[in-house]
Amino acid sequence: MGNIDLQSVWSDVERVNNVKIAVCVKQVPDTWAEKKLRDADSRLDRESADGVLNELDEYAVEQALQLVEAAGGEVVVVTMGPERAGETLRKAISMGADAGIHIVDDNLGGSDAIATSAVLAKALSGRDFDLILFGSESTDARMSVIPAMVAERLDLPQVTFAQKVEISGSELTVERVTEYGFDLLSTQLPAVVSVVEKINEPRYPSFKGIMAAKKKPVEILTVADLGLEPSVVGASGAWSEVADFAARPPKAAGVVVTDEGDGGVKIADFLTSQKII
Amino acid sequence: MSDVLVLAEHHNSEIKKITLELVTGARALGNPVVLWLGGGCTEDTVATLGNYGATKVLVADSDAVNNHPVAPGAEIVASLIDSLTPVAVLVASTADGKEVAARAAIKSNCGIITDAVEIAADSTVTQSVFGGSTVVHSRVTKGTPIITVRPNAIPATPQPFAAVREDISVDISAGAQRVTVKDRTVVAKGARPELTEAEVVVSGGRGVGGPEGFSVIESLADSLNAAVGASRAATDAGWYPHQFQVGQTGKTVSPQLYIANGISGAIQHRAGMQTSKVVVVVNKDPEAPIFELADYGVVGDLFTVVPQLSEEITKRK
Ligand SMILES: Cc1cc2nc3c(=O)[nH]c(=O)nc-3n(C[C@H](O)[C@H](O)[C@H](O)COP(=O)(O)OP(=O)(O)OC[C@H]3O[C@@H](n4cnc5c(N)ncnc54)[C@H](O)[C@@H]3O)c2cc1C
Ligand SMILES: Nc1ncnc2c1ncn2[C@@H]1O[C@H](COP(=O)(O)O)[C@@H](O)[C@H]1O
Repeated sequence: MGNIDLQSVWSDVERVNNVKIAVCVKQVPDTWAEKKLRDADSRLDRESADGVLNELDEYAVEQALQLVEAAGGEVVVVTMGPERAGETLRKAISMGADAGIHIVDDNLGGSDAIATSAVLAKALSGRDFDLILFGSESTDARMSVIPAMVAERLDLPQVTFAQKVEISGSELTVERVTEYGFDLLSTQLPAVVSVVEKINEPRYPSFKGIMAAKKKPVEILTVADLGLEPSVVGASGAWSEVADFAARPPKAAGVVVTDEGDGGVKIADFLTSQKII
Repeated sequence: MSDVLVLAEHHNSEIKKITLELVTGARALGNPVVLWLGGGCTEDTVATLGNYGATKVLVADSDAVNNHPVAPGAEIVASLIDSLTPVAVLVASTADGKEVAARAAIKSNCGIITDAVEIAADSTVTQSVFGGSTVVHSRVTKGTPIITVRPNAIPATPQPFAAVREDISVDISAGAQRVTVKDRTVVAKGARPELTEAEVVVSGGRGVGGPEGFSVIESLADSLNAAVGASRAATDAGWYPHQFQVGQTGKTVSPQLYIANGISGAIQHRAGMQTSKVVVVVNKDPEAPIFELADYGVVGDLFTVVPQLSEEITKRK
């Protein structure tokens, strides 16, 4: 990885400690694009839509930047994805990250969560990250399992769905959103954390940031570079498969009426006709 | 018949509806054996689980389980996959459920499928993806299938069995006890049904105009014995508590009836309610995208339409 001169970047910041943070980000089809599976191999058709940075990962990048602004350190964004996912990585870097890691390899197509987590864990291991940040879910897969899987593979504590993150020395304190409210949790670094969208307001890349991102180091890695067997990634490394799929017939268009003083009564009539009331 | 391991979702001694749905779904695959993590398992809870077909309730209640989230549960599930060799493991598609499932999958070398809406006898899973536009059948190809199931997808039906309780002790590694719960904040849930379990959800968005406006939404909800939901615009503004947010980053609901009031229908909101069976919309803007999902929509002011609807429902009951 390119050497980053942290001293010059952070010399004017009073340093509490130095945290080295990785943020895993994913390129996903544009939020508003209609998503489809490909007939040939039942995989998500990624070519037919623009690829964007998974919006929930922006919060993770923002959190990393805020932590490093307060404590000093370094932010490295990491993605696994095809060639064009490099644009997404640049976008994340242009928010202010220091460097990127892009795992790109034709063998990766068809990876499920198990295979993806194997690749990310391998790419992250041995680099002395204090904190590995994730978004709470990817808007395409919506599984919310990658953070837990990576934590398991790296044998790290995991605190997910964080709405507040604090680092003090080597102690990490997190407010984790639960079904019923929130838990206050603590653990020691290094740790894996995923963040929810309530945690912050992601910054827009500045012009300066966009220009600077072009010069920041991005390490390109293949499956072989990671020392992984091709059989543990991609479709051959997936432990689940799509048997078949079908588009659900579009819902018949509903009835829309304009309120003429009896809108409430009309809805009640509709609910009665549906045997709901 | 082989065992099917079901991880109970519960809050203290309260059994979540999804647990009974999981036990019901498990019956098609084998003998449902329920794993209960932590305290709260009483004679009544064992009887209730048995009433839905559970043959056994394994209780793992220890400090290690109670004081540390997720990782201890994953170790227990992994050890039971080993000792019981179940044909499948069913878990609720909740934040905790998915994470226990994810860590257990890696530990036990088992494949995982999330957000099932149906499970066939051969463990083939039906998923509803891309906001319900596509139906996918998937299966696990390695190890014991670990399947997380969406609430409100499999209707719970009784099939009485005299379930027996068995207390189990599993050594939890030091590694799984590295995250400590320092404090728990439980927000009072009130008398209404739980959002993800409710048959009917009545939601309000920015169109509700402020915290006071939610009284109109609540009255309609109460006339239908419904849960109240809110859009992110409403929760972010502090008009309604965050845990009632419906959508991508809120709860996913799949009720029989969803009534959206003063909600425009942003994609992130739809992501949490698109699989509702019947959708009713009240919005004063005829162009609001939420109308695309409506089975029945009224273009009008929610402050006149909604109270009239509540009154009408009360009258007809
Ligand atoms: C990362 C991310 C995650 C998100 N997650 C979620 C999520 O989980 N859930 C969620 O809901 N949103 C989420 N959002 C936000 C989402 O994009 C929308 O901003 C939000 O859903 C809008 O809420 P709304 O429909 O209430 O408000 P608006 O879009 O402002 O719509 C208000 C509607 O009310 C109507 N209206 C106004 N007055 C009246 C009246 N008197 N009578 C009838 N109708 C009236 C208007 O015509 C309008 O259509 C997320 C966004 C991001 C970026
Ligand atoms: N291919 C990927 N490359 C990097 N990070 C990923 C990838 N897939 C998922 N993630 C991360 O894992 C989180 C959860 O994803 P998921 O489990 O797919 O919902 C995302 O918000 C990302 O932070």
